[in-house]
Amino acid sequence: MDKPFAITLDPGSSLANKTGAWRTNRPLYVDRLPPCNHACPAGENIQGWLYQAESGNYEAAWRVLTGDNPLPAIMGRVCYHPCETACNRGQLDESVGINSVERFLGDEALKKHWKFSPVKDESGKRVLVVGAGPSGLSAAYHLRRLGHGVKIVEAGPLAGGMMRFGIPKYRLPRDVLDGEVQRILDMGVELELNCKVTNILETIDAGSFDAAFLAVGAHIGKRAYIPAGSSARILDAVSFLRSMEGEDRPKLGRRVVVYGGGNTALDVARTAKRLGAEEAIIVYRRTREKMPAHDSELEEALQEGVLVKWLSTIRHASESTIVVQKMVLDETGFPQPTDEYEALEADSLVLALGQDVDLSLLEGVPGLEIKDGTVQVAPNMMTGHAGIFAGGDMVPAERTVTVGVGHGKKAARHIDAWLHGRAYVPAPKHELATFDKMNPWYYSDASKTVRPVLELARRTSTFDEVVSGLDETNALFEARRCLSCGNCFECDNCYGVCPDNAVIKLGPGNRFEFNFDYCKGCGICVSECPCGAIKMVPEAS
Amino acid sequence: MDTQIKFYQTGTFTVGNRLLTEEQRTVQADMHRTNSLNSGHRACQGCGEALGARYAIDAAMRATGNQLIAVNATGCLEVFSTPYPETSWQIPWIHSLFGNAAAVATGVAAAQRVLGRTDVRVIAQGGDGGTTDIGFGCLSGMFERNDDVLYICYDNEAYMNTGVQRSSATPPTARTATTPAVGTAPGNVFGTGKNVPLIAMAHRIPYVATASVANLRDLEQKVTHAMEIHGARYIHIFVPCPLGWGSAPEDTILIARLAIECGLFPLFEAHDGKVTSRTPIRRQVPVTEYLNKQKRFAHLFGKTPDTARIEQMQRMADQNIADFGLLQ
Repeated sequence: MDKPFAITLDPGSSLANKTGAWRTNRPLYVDRLPPCNHACPAGENIQGWLYQAESGNYEAAWRVLTGDNPLPAIMGRVCYHPCETACNRGQLDESVGINSVERFLGDEALKKHWKFSPVKDESGKRVLVVGAGPSGLSAAYHLRRLGHGVKIVEAGPLAGGMMRFGIPKYRLPRDVLDGEVQRILDMGVELELNCKVTNILETIDAGSFDAAFLAVGAHIGKRAYIPAGSSARILDAVSFLRSMEGEDRPKLGRRVVVYGGGNTALDVARTAKRLGAEEAIIVYRRTREKMPAHDSELEEALQEGVLVKWLSTIRHASESTIVVQKMVLDETGFPQPTDEYEALEADSLVLALGQDVDLSLLEGVPGLEIKDGTVQVAPNMMTGHAGIFAGGDMVPAERTVTVGVGHGKKAARHIDAWLHGRAYVPAPKHELATFDKMNPWYYSDASKTVRPVLELARRTSTFDEVVSGLDETNALFEARRCLSCGNCFECDNCYGVCPDNAVIKLGPGNRFEFNFDYCKGCGICVSECPCGAIKMVPEAS
Repeated sequence: MDTQIKFYQTGTFTVGNRLLTEEQRTVQADMHRTNSLNSGHRACQGCGEALGARYAIDAAMRATGNQLIAVNATGCLEVFSTPYPETSWQIPWIHSLFGNAAAVATGVAAAQRVLGRTDVRVIAQGGDGGTTDIGFGCLSGMFERNDDVLYICYDNEAYMNTGVQRSSATPPTARTATTPAVGTAPGNVFGTGKNVPLIAMAHRIPYVATASVANLRDLEQKVTHAMEIHGARYIHIFVPCPLGWGSAPEDTILIARLAIECGLFPLFEAHDGKVTSRTPIRRQVPVTEYLNKQKRFAHLFGKTPDTARIEQMQRMADQNIADFGLLQ
């Protein structure tokens, strides 16, 4: 013992003192489900692709995005973005412009000619897809990625379905649509146009397909009985919009009345304005709050001078006059007629009262269940007939492009499993990353970069795209507004704020782990995690 | 950090950020930070002082190229970091008495000067008891002689180590073991205590600053700046004490943040006795937001809130905001 006076022990490090023994709760890194991903009908990993876009790695972002949805440039124009409604940033300042960034990525991909990765393993199975609309294209893409041979049979002269024959050009330019369709075909998907399937079982047999996915859409405009003089000009919205794709543009006259309250009614009225109509009046039997059309589209239509007669139904139509009956809402919110009538001058009347599905190809197929004009499908998207799946507008669901794309993906996964004699079991969903789980203090303030809107005067007279895109700096800025809800973005907060150095930083891309030898379980890391990616759980006693 | 980080919206206020270069990140984001105060120390769960000490000393270590000696006053920080024979310090560290840290640091600095070690810098550190009360004479001497020492006070507003007794840094109305929440004027009385940063400024020393564990970038920038200056320097760091304040351990940083945002703890810098910068309040909150999360102020709330004293606290905060110009 050659120690100084009164010293009996060697100096030691406090690392010998395992303070982790004090702990009664332990922190746990988690991945929570971001609300945007949760709300996306196409099941996109939005937080995931924004994360890539934030670093300026747009191709990687596009690849994450197209892992779920092969049509980002289309989606970035026509999707009603429920993701933005759900976005947690909306509770802070304004939601992230997810749709704008998606469109930017889609446009970048078209500009730079990015291609999908080639298919690696061919399964040897063949799947028939009926209909080249969003749902059919999505299913074809996903099936092809899984290695199956795919043939799309389309009744129309061009691919796209309602994206081409329903959505006007000022919302979706056709070169964008063509570009994204071609990229799917380039994967080796076969497309036969102008071929209407009349008997599905025969077509499957003839082509010796192993399974079929039906997505024929809903193309038949609903009619309503309206007493009309023989010279009244009455059209249905679907045929009208379809004829916009042809050489001869339909003639509507100076004053056009559109009957209905959905997005299609707005599309017709806005198209009529562009065709030179001085007046485009929408007649709808309920109120604005009850209107099924999306508010952003109504707002744009109103800005363009489209008029709306709320609480009105059409009683009679003649060559130049339409008689409208005023309605009132009863206590259940249902419109009831009044004794008040009004005459509107009109050269033509377009009915936009919804669409029906042409189910003729399914006649005689055993096991099928048809209800309210739609094909009933099980949760795995299979109809009552084994091997025949269906999706998009022909099954009961909200009829939007995004829902259709989501159906295509979901069906493809189930078809793949079915072809292999298995059942597809989706991974269990993470807990939702709600706003109360976040610590928004750490995000600096930044408002949404609004896409420039075409000058009003210009857009009512031409079919130029109404909403234009973000440029690179804008898109990057917008992507970086993402809060990364529920998913670690390696901000180092947990590593920094631990009073006990009990968080180990594993380096870029590898996140962090806890050193439970020293973690006292104080929970500061949980409180100070900006994105809610840590939670406390009781220690096993 | 004063510079606005353009386009890096996500995580501008966080410890690190994968989109920033290494130099733009904080010292605490560094995978190889010194961890000057190492794991295994016996501070309570969620200790603000342990956090503040590591933030400050790690920053000083980087600023001096690891040529640093620390002198410690008696107090929580000394007790929890060095129970014989263990130490959590990964730097040369010396402890003498409760009241003489500033004087010992003066001596260490003088020894370095004699040895010709111009590269080795000296820090003295202590709690508010060792600084504002017991060590105050030595501290004032160190200031007036302008000795080349950075003195850091970790202010948790009472003598926590010995059982939460009042110090001259304890705020009005706070309940401590020696200012119980009883009688007509419960808790610490108004009109007592002293503001040591302002007293330090009155010595016209080269640099005085206040900092908080709730604003890491600001704290690191101030410590780094202090190490670029020679002469007597003083940094007063606000460090919540979950045990003494009766707050939840996970709320340590939240409470420090609310103290800044309500105006009760102003963040500023002063050179040669003049205030030269202040860190503005980002989102102002009423003092109640800060007070009602701590049991030491619980008697102000309850069934019949003590609105008069809450008002008085709010006036203190408002006075700080006006004096230092804390609103942008």
